[in-house]
Amino acid sequence: MFSLHGYGPSILEGTYLTIAISLASLCISMLLGIMGAMAKLSTSKILRIGAKTYTTIIRGVPDLVLMLLVFFGGQVFINQVAPMVGYDEYIDINPFIAGVSTIGLIFGAYMTETFRGGILAVPKGQIEAGQAYGMGRFQVFARIVVPQMIRHAIPGFGNNWLVMVKTTALVSIIGLDDMVRKASLAAGATRLPFTFYAVVAINYLIITSVSVYLLKWLENRYSVGVIKA
Amino acid sequence: MDFSIISGNIDIYLEGLKNTVFLVSISLVIGLSIAIPLAVLRTSKNIWVTAPIRAFVYFFRGTPLLVQIFIIYYGFGQFEALKSSFLWPFFKEAYLCALLAFTLNTAAYTTEIIRGAIVATPHGEVEAARAAGMSRMLMFRRIILPSAFRRALPAYSNEIIFMLQGSSLASVITIIDITGAARIINSRYYSPYEAFLTAAAFYLCLTFSILWVIKKLEFRWSAHLRPQETDIAEVRG
Repeated sequence: MFSLHGYGPSILEGTYLTIAISLASLCISMLLGIMGAMAKLSTSKILRIGAKTYTTIIRGVPDLVLMLLVFFGGQVFINQVAPMVGYDEYIDINPFIAGVSTIGLIFGAYMTETFRGGILAVPKGQIEAGQAYGMGRFQVFARIVVPQMIRHAIPGFGNNWLVMVKTTALVSIIGLDDMVRKASLAAGATRLPFTFYAVVAINYLIITSVSVYLLKWLENRYSVGVIKA
Repeated sequence: MDFSIISGNIDIYLEGLKNTVFLVSISLVIGLSIAIPLAVLRTSKNIWVTAPIRAFVYFFRGTPLLVQIFIIYYGFGQFEALKSSFLWPFFKEAYLCALLAFTLNTAAYTTEIIRGAIVATPHGEVEAARAAGMSRMLMFRRIILPSAFRRALPAYSNEIIFMLQGSSLASVITIIDITGAARIINSRYYSPYEAFLTAAAFYLCLTFSILWVIKKLEFRWSAHLRPQETDIAEVRG
C-alpha cells in the first residue's frame, strides 16, 4: 500500500511549496499584526475603530470564503482598474499571490490580538523608565517593549503558526500546487487516494511537531531572564 | 455591483444556510458527547487508556480539516473490503462524510479543551468531594464536570466559531452550504463580489448570533460568582 508509484518527488515538491506559502504568509501576517496591535493601542479613535473592524470581520468570515473572494474578486477588480491606468491586456491573478495575501490578511488579524496582548503584558514601569532615560517613542518601542513582548507573545504566536500551516491546505482549492493538490493529482492517476492523503497528513504532522519543538526552544530562550516559581 | 442577482437566487443561499446550520449543529452535538467521556478517560493514569485518545487528538489537531475530509470521502474508497461492506452507502454520501469528518475533528479539539478544564479543577474541591464520601463517578458528575464546563466555555465558544468557519470546506466535496451556494452563483453569473460578500454576510450574522447566545450562557453559569448586590436588585426590581 505504501508504494508511492514514483509520485514521491512530486509530493515533496508540494511540501516545499506548502512551507514556502506558510513562511511568506507568516511575514505578511506579522507585519499586519504589529500594525494592527499598534493601531488598537493608539490614542487615535479612527485607527482603533479601523483595527477593530478588521479583526472582527476577518474572524467572523471563513478562510475559504475570503480566499475565493480575493482570488475571483481580485481578478475582476484588477481587470477593471488596469484599463483606467492605461494597461489594456488581461491580467491573470497568480494563485500564489492570492493565497499568500489572503492567508497573511487572515492571520494578521489573529496576530494583532496576540501582539496586543504581548504589548499590554509589558509592565508600565518599564516604559516609564525608558522615557525617563530620554528615549523617544520609537526607541522605547524597539528597545524596551518589543524584546519583552516577544516572550509573552510566543505561545499565541506559535498557536497561530500551527493553525496557519494547516490553513495553507486551502490554496489547493484555488489551484496552487501545494502538497494537498499534488496528492489529489497523484491519487487521481494511481487510484490510491488513501495512500497519498495519508502521506500528506503525516507530512503535516511532521511539520507541526518540528514547529512545536522549535517554538519550545524559542520560548525558553526568550525566558532566560525570568525566574521560574 | 448588482445585488439583484442575489435577491433573485436567495433560495440557493437559504438552502445553503440550512445545510451549514445542520452540519455544524449536528457535528457539534455528537462531537461534544464523544469528547466528554474521552476527556474524562484522558485524565486516567492508565497509559493503555490515554495513549489511543492522545493519538486520536494528535492526528485530528495536527492535520488540516480539508485533508481529513479528503481521506474520509475519497480515501476510504480505496479499500475493496469497505466498498463491498454494508458501510459503503454511508461513505458514498458526501454529506455524511463531511458530517463524520467535522464530528471527529471537533471531538478531538473539544476533548483537549475539556481535559484542560478538568485538570484545572481546584484540588480542594476534589478533596471535599472525597471527604464527603463520593465515588469517582459521582464526583465527576456533581463536582468536577459542572465546574469544568464553566471554565471550558470561553475556549469552547471559540471552537464553535471555528467549526462554523471550517464547515465552509463542505463545499469542496460538492455540498451546497453557504459557501457552496456562493460558488454556484459565482460560476453561473461570474460575479465574485456579490456572491462571496453575501456569503460573508451570512457567516458574520451566524457568528454574531452564536457569540450573543454564549454571552447569555456565560452570564447564567457564572451567577454564583457575581456579587450578591445584583441579586438583591433583581428581587427589588
